[in-house]
Amino acid sequence: MAVALVLLEVLPGGALAASSAGLLAAARRVGDPVALIAGPADAAAEAAARGAVRVLTADIEPGALTVPVVDALAAAVAQESPDLVLASNSVESRDAVARLAARLRLPLAADVVGVDRDELGVVAHHAVFGGAFSVDGAPTFGPLVATLRPGAVTERLDPQPLVVERLEVVASGVRSGRVESFSETAAPSTRPELRGAKVVVSGGRGVGSRENFALVEQLADVLGAAVGASRAAVDAGYVPVSAQVGQTGVTVSPRLYIALGISGAIQHRAGMQTATTIVAVDKDPEAPIFAIADFGIVGDLFTVVPQLISALEAPKK
Amino acid sequence: MKIVVLIKEVPDTWGERRLDLETGLTDRAASTPVLDEIDERAVEAALAHADAHPGTEVVVLTMAPASAAATVRKALAMGATSAVHIVDDALRGADLLLTAEVLAAAIRRTGFDLVIAGNLSTDGGGGVLPAMVAEVLGVAQLTALSSLEVGEDSVAGGRVSDAGTMRVSAALPAVVSITEALPEGRFTTFKGIMAAKKKPYETLDAAAVGIDVEDPAVPRYIMVSVAERPPREAGIKITDEGDAGEKLAAFLVAEGVV
Ligand SMILES: Cc1cc2nc3c(=O)[nH]c(=O)nc-3n(C[C@H](O)[C@H](O)[C@H](O)COP(=O)(O)OP(=O)(O)OC[C@H]3O[C@@H](n4cnc5c(N)ncnc54)[C@H](O)[C@@H]3O)c2cc1C
Ligand SMILES: Nc1ncnc2c1ncn2[C@@H]1O[C@H](COP(=O)(O)O)[C@@H](O)[C@H]1O
Repeated sequence: MAVALVLLEVLPGGALAASSAGLLAAARRVGDPVALIAGPADAAAEAAARGAVRVLTADIEPGALTVPVVDALAAAVAQESPDLVLASNSVESRDAVARLAARLRLPLAADVVGVDRDELGVVAHHAVFGGAFSVDGAPTFGPLVATLRPGAVTERLDPQPLVVERLEVVASGVRSGRVESFSETAAPSTRPELRGAKVVVSGGRGVGSRENFALVEQLADVLGAAVGASRAAVDAGYVPVSAQVGQTGVTVSPRLYIALGISGAIQHRAGMQTATTIVAVDKDPEAPIFAIADFGIVGDLFTVVPQLISALEAPKK
Repeated sequence: MKIVVLIKEVPDTWGERRLDLETGLTDRAASTPVLDEIDERAVEAALAHADAHPGTEVVVLTMAPASAAATVRKALAMGATSAVHIVDDALRGADLLLTAEVLAAAIRRTGFDLVIAGNLSTDGGGGVLPAMVAEVLGVAQLTALSSLEVGEDSVAGGRVSDAGTMRVSAALPAVVSITEALPEGRFTTFKGIMAAKKKPYETLDAAAVGIDVEDPAVPRYIMVSVAERPPREAGIKITDEGDAGEKLAAFLVAEGVV
């Protein structure tokens, strides 16, 4: 069967990134998912558990940015002749496969939400302009390189027996940047990751301050939700930039999206309008968010949200 | 130092943005074209360096239809030294690889110490071009920088991810891309707009930078279908009369989401 080569990311702690399971499941629709771990073999068992039929590992020069991973990818492509090379649309992975595509002169599909195969070959699916358009693309011939939007594929594969193979990589000698230092985020959140979360509670400028943002987080915790924000809330320093939903932030497509004190500017809507159910609380009856909300409340979030939290918690008591 | 800034004209995100359902390309008639906000920041980053280091040359480069000239002029009016505009009908609908090869060829022709791009264009770009361009040029890339320090022979900056904060550096020449954490683009002045009219403005086709658009040996990524999703409609809207929180809880229960 055809091979779909999947670049998996290893977190600083040594575990595989959360994107891995979705990547392997997406790739399975095109061919046998063969994983590449650019680093030590420690995470190989985890890759097999998530459905990789084989796991290739490669030694990577520490501290060098991207280029060693591209060299490993190129060696894996030469060995496997895959129909698809798939990687997460995270900054690190997309840099690596972007360079790979340029080096091997292969077509690249960026930020896809899924891949498939039809009688002519590999097809990739895109959601464009905030999901307002669905576009399919395909290579004119030969393999495709693609980056997958994190959280877009929720399918999971059955575990596979562990087969590990060490890849011989010849360094290309291409000039690379260097990682000078890395400081891990102090307390990694225990909340679900924003990308791929089933429920997202987001706060905007209307929340008013970093302290007040605790109310948004409290509701998120009651619902087991991820925390999101508008760009205005990020710019005001209420939350880190990784929480930004929208055009230039994360695109989410949860079952439930709750917007608190977010007016619903077009650039915010572009990142959340494909949610199944949208709830909005805003003081301004004219706020554009109401045009797409399934349940809109014109009101003060500081009275509505505490009441909602008590009502949700009441049956549990 | 010579800095090349990659700029792109995109449909204004404030308006309705459409794809042509026949071609799958951006429907340029449906919305107002503007210089992408992130690229304004990229121009600003280059100009800030030039302000502090006289003798710095800032060249803006775009691959776009001829109609994008007004957008390129805006970057000149902000203060860029000169512009290179690749215009070629054969490049309509160019895929990422072709775009990267054309831009890299133009950058090589112009000469560069540093290339500054936006991390992600707002019209559905995947944030992959800067790294592709770096590979074609055979230089290092530092992408998604939330801070930028340009030295005499090196460039450095910070990058924020979910896992933490990274400091990265590279020797020049190099390609970097910046995020919206960097300062907004400066306003254009009347004086700047007038001066822009006299600045060097080079218009080139693909052949002029040595690219064969129709090379049958190179595979391309093409659109095979385009469909429009029906727009979302508004549902229930209530004004809080003291019990909206309870009503919302009931709605969430009824919807089966809690
Ligand atoms: C190129 C570009 C890219 C962008 N990308 C993004 C992006 O990725 N994500 C994004 O979010 N934005 C993005 N923006 C910015 C966007 O245009 C808006 O400025 C931003 O979304 C506004 O955030 P907001 O809704 O929190 O703030 P505002 O528009 O100021 O809205 C705050 C709302 O809170 C309400 N409010 C105030 N107090 C209360 C209260 N006590 N109770 C209830 N409601 C209250 C107000 O009525 C108001 O509607 C982008 C803009 C551009 C130009
Ligand atoms: N056609 C183009 N001409 C010039 N620069 C471009 C073009 N397309 C993309 N870029 C640059 O690459 C950055 C990232 O774009 P993208 O990869 O499309 O998300 C943009 O912010 C621009 O700086």
